Amino acid sequence: MIYAVWVPLLMPLLAVPAARRAAAWLPPRAAAWTLAGFSIGLATSSTAALVLLASAGALRLPLVAAFAHLSPPLLGDDSPALLPASILAVLALAAGAVTLVRTGLRQRREMRAAHAGSPDAADELSVRPDELPYAYALPGRPGRIVVTTGMLRALDAREREVLFAHERAHLRGRHHLFLSAAELAVTLHPMLRGLREPLAYALERWADESAATATGDRALTARAIGRAALAAAGTPGAVARPRTALAATAGPVPRRVTALLSTGATTGRPRRALRRAPVVALLVCAALTAGTLAEAAYDLHTDVEVAQGEAQIPR
Amino acid sequence: MAEDQERRPAGELEASVLAALWASDAPLTPGEVQRSLADDLARTTVTTILTRLYAKGTVTRDRAGRGYAYRPAQDSHGLTARRMHAELDKDEDRGTVLARFVSELSSEDELMLRALLDGGTGGLDATGDSGGVGR
Repeated sequence: MIYAVWVPLLMPLLAVPAARRAAAWLPPRAAAWTLAGFSIGLATSSTAALVLLASAGALRLPLVAAFAHLSPPLLGDDSPALLPASILAVLALAAGAVTLVRTGLRQRREMRAAHAGSPDAADELSVRPDELPYAYALPGRPGRIVVTTGMLRALDAREREVLFAHERAHLRGRHHLFLSAAELAVTLHPMLRGLREPLAYALERWADESAATATGDRALTARAIGRAALAAAGTPGAVARPRTALAATAGPVPRRVTALLSTGATTGRPRRALRRAPVVALLVCAALTAGTLAEAAYDLHTDVEVAQGEAQIPR
Repeated sequence: MAEDQERRPAGELEASVLAALWASDAPLTPGEVQRSLADDLARTTVTTILTRLYAKGTVTRDRAGRGYAYRPAQDSHGLTARRMHAELDKDEDRGTVLARFVSELSSEDELMLRALLDGGTGGLDATGDSGGVGR
């Protein structure tokens, strides 16, 4: 069990690059589901592995052993590494729990602040008199499109329809839940950070494709996104803002525009076998994680039963 | 055309009309709104939407000739908007769950985007993107 339990913990080393590779050629919607699914799955399984590791150590404590009616010397797998590993696992679980709660609270605070800025619930469109071109989807019941006058004036009527269709796709698809889940997953396993940027990109591409379908014009959709980004970049206030980690990674907006202008959903089309490789790798990762986790849990369970059984004999 | 309007929910048409009013500097008559929209809506449809927006207090109107000219109702949102920006900016580097329409551009992104858009609209402003700065 002490060996099997490390596989779910180290799996992101393998699964994160594979998921990123797979997301690069999967259609946006499938890419978003894959990335979010693996974020949640890997975070859950690594947390479960930590819990197993922590419990294996805890059972050596006389107090816990007495409570569980088992005899610690009869627990198998008495390697010297177990105790330090268990202590580290407990610390990691505690740190994860604290950041998980803090991040969850911050997300809620952020959403509340955005809602407080748009109290007029009567309309789908919430316009802010602000020259800074800016737009986003505000989830809720019903969801709203928040947009500044600067953004509305930077676009013509057809381009505004693209913007609205894009934001409606975010709202309809509940895309904020994907982003929220991926951010929370990182609090449980820091190595999952690498999935957030491709997920955000996949969600934008998903909404872009929805907008292209709704307006029936890919070139128009590409132009609207490009012009909105250029308008936002041309505003002094936008330049003065600090560069975000998300925006710094190799320009998502030009990539979105390129993807819309090229006819296919993906830009490069590698050979079929090459495209399949990351997906096969991902499936192997998922199977390995589930398998080792089950094995570790089964081992611990067996150890406990043996120790309990032996403990009862002397009576 | 009537079918086309049938297919789009009323709320979506309201958003388009409201956006047209906000994008304009001057109050607009139903005819002007109709011309400034991307979709081919019937004049009566536009009038109906404007009346509904007026009933909700989202727009205000003034007499203009035989009909009305509409403009968005300006209320106290200016201040709230500023505060909201501050709130969002603060959280920016930690990542936000609110997906924005466009993320920020690096200077290379900006050049590339201009080249892409010029090419896409047939503007023939052929910029060799072979690493030359150009502009």
